[in-house]
Amino acid sequence: MGLLSFVGGIHPYDGKELSKDKKITEYLPKGDCVYPLSQHIGAPATPIVKKGDRVLVGQKIAEASGFVSANVHSGVSGTVKTIEPRMTVSGTKVNSIIIENDGLFEEMDFSANVKPLDQLYREDVKDMIKEAGIVGMGGAGFPTHVKLSPKNEDAIDTIIVNGAECEPYLTSDYRRMIETPNKIVAGLQIVINLFDNAKGIIAIEDNKPEAIKVLTELTEGMDNITVNAVKTKYPQGAERQLIYANTKREINSSMLPADAGCIVQNIDTIVAIYNAVVEGRPLYERIVTVTGDAVNECANYRVRIGTNIQELIDAVGGFNIEDPAKIISGGPMMGKALFTLDAPIVKGSSALLCFREDVVADLEPSNCIRCGRCVDVCPGRVMPNHLADAAEHGDIDEFLKCDGMECCECGCCSYVCPAKRHLTQIIAGTRKQVLANRKK
Amino acid sequence: MKISSSPHIRDKESTTNIMGQVIVALIPAAVFGVYNFGFKALLLYLITIACCVGFEAGFEKLTNRKITIKDLSAVLTGLLLAMNLPPDVPFWIPILGSFFAIIVVKQLFGGLGQNFMNPALGARCFLLISFTGTMTSFSYDAITTATPLADLKAGKAVDVLSMFLGTTAGTIGETCALALIIGGVFLIVRGIISIRIPLAYIATFSMLILIYGLFSGRGFDVSFLLAHLCGGGLMLGAFFMATDYVTSPITPMGRIVFGVLLGFLTFLFRIFGGSAEGVSYAIILCNLLVPLIEKFTVPTSFGKGAVKHES
Repeated sequence: MGLLSFVGGIHPYDGKELSKDKKITEYLPKGDCVYPLSQHIGAPATPIVKKGDRVLVGQKIAEASGFVSANVHSGVSGTVKTIEPRMTVSGTKVNSIIIENDGLFEEMDFSANVKPLDQLYREDVKDMIKEAGIVGMGGAGFPTHVKLSPKNEDAIDTIIVNGAECEPYLTSDYRRMIETPNKIVAGLQIVINLFDNAKGIIAIEDNKPEAIKVLTELTEGMDNITVNAVKTKYPQGAERQLIYANTKREINSSMLPADAGCIVQNIDTIVAIYNAVVEGRPLYERIVTVTGDAVNECANYRVRIGTNIQELIDAVGGFNIEDPAKIISGGPMMGKALFTLDAPIVKGSSALLCFREDVVADLEPSNCIRCGRCVDVCPGRVMPNHLADAAEHGDIDEFLKCDGMECCECGCCSYVCPAKRHLTQIIAGTRKQVLANRKK
Repeated sequence: MKISSSPHIRDKESTTNIMGQVIVALIPAAVFGVYNFGFKALLLYLITIACCVGFEAGFEKLTNRKITIKDLSAVLTGLLLAMNLPPDVPFWIPILGSFFAIIVVKQLFGGLGQNFMNPALGARCFLLISFTGTMTSFSYDAITTATPLADLKAGKAVDVLSMFLGTTAGTIGETCALALIIGGVFLIVRGIISIRIPLAYIATFSMLILIYGLFSGRGFDVSFLLAHLCGGGLMLGAFFMATDYVTSPITPMGRIVFGVLLGFLTFLFRIFGGSAEGVSYAIILCNLLVPLIEKFTVPTSFGKGAVKHES
């Protein structure tokens, strides 16, 4: 039998050797921390502190304003300096709580939140996850408690932990799997126990044999968890592709993973669930891979959310070049290019990728030669060249007719295009427009 | 710091690179053409390539557009055009052919990627229809002779081995099946062309020829089949002309349909048509059907029609 996989996809240079052997080290911020009220999908959180208040590590500083929303907690102790719009990695200004770090890292008493697992009801566990402000930490930032509350709980039969880490250069999930596999397994057990019919799958790309070995050994004898090696191919870790690879069930863009009986959780999210339920710690830190050829030292850091990006980069010894060409928040395929380093690490920041050179910004697209590479690699099995044509002509009807909304913006089409067309960008722009029109 | 939309990395393959690799794949057959037909073949290559590049640059200059000759597509068109010409044509033929290929078929429709039929083949068919005598007079070793395919149609015996090796009469680049297959395999291995079109084309054509053999009293005639496969422009057409990106379907299923259709039409033209050759007409006819084929072979998007999972 072939390895679990999907149709399409690409094999870019993965760059993981730069940081895969670097142990996770903790970095504690020295400067002020910035907490955007919107680090998740859904309504922005509402501040519950005011200027001059003293806060502790793990203290809730903003509260979810609705079901699809998430709490925000401080990662440092100090004083609330102000609440004002600040620049974020997505390139927009978002209302943020700024905390003046006193450098003491005085913690709340987390043990007060903890109860033995066997005394917890399912609703208690979900409440703890909600209270801890956990959101999908792979980048999308969908509130986890919402994901864990599907309409039909009995239909959920598979919990997939996404250890594919298919984005090139990223190693934070890998390090988590190697260093704290027990937290992943325990976190997964917590989620499995929320559902009557669920079993767990930990899906890992086969370019991470050490992680597969560690987790397979750890789950030996557990009949409700299997470790699946999936084929190393981008975007293996895309939610819909991962579900298909592991269960052969397909869902389209208008469906949720729950419609395929699945819930998919990122590695860091699972660890955050463990921290919240077992240790009573809310989400105030995450693993960030700082890598690329423009930094002096590649590293995997455990970072307090809210830490300034410039400060974090200085912590790895800064750049080895005066003027790096491009800094990306996230991976090279779907990450966002930054125009300022004066922005905070947020819940979805998986990496800071720093390149000495960049070819993409200067690429000049030429005519499509209809080679069909984009069609061959598209995991959504749409025709990117045709969608981009429709999008460029503003032909929304044709765009929708050709399933333009099934695009997951993974970037494969732009990656392979020999004419260097910005296919993903063009299609993504039209998708945004369509989604905005739907909301009206 | 530079800003651009994701993805931030790109594959190295570029249009120029692809065209270059196709040119490299044509070199064995092109060089054999010079060996087989002499210095005149080389001169024809130079004329068509120079004219194609010149017409492209000139037209783009005249119409105030970006000069795109660096993408090597005009060089490739020139090379293919020369390979589709008999070695003894007068020099105005390649010049006129280049003009038709680049200006009429390609540039008037919007340049690279916009032409509705293969420029080199369009030009060949234009010349073939307009100057039939010149375009169908072949000689070999300074003796005017018929092509093996014409001999085959006339019921004469042909030497399959020399057809496979290419030491026969024909257009400059089409005679050596061996060199063309080497080039075709190179393109498939390098991932430049998909095997679907040549495979579907050759398989369909072979099947029909064998069936025809059975019904026309030849029996299971393998040498008749081999002569048809090695003769005329079939190999050049299957690996280099039918696989032209711009004028072949982009959908995986469409490529198979396209190949099957080509095999069927080539069989019809060769066996029941007035002329011995049918590859060029089959390909440009199918080029015109590409939008239709694509329309009916759009891939099903991921998860389309998926139903909710119930436990």
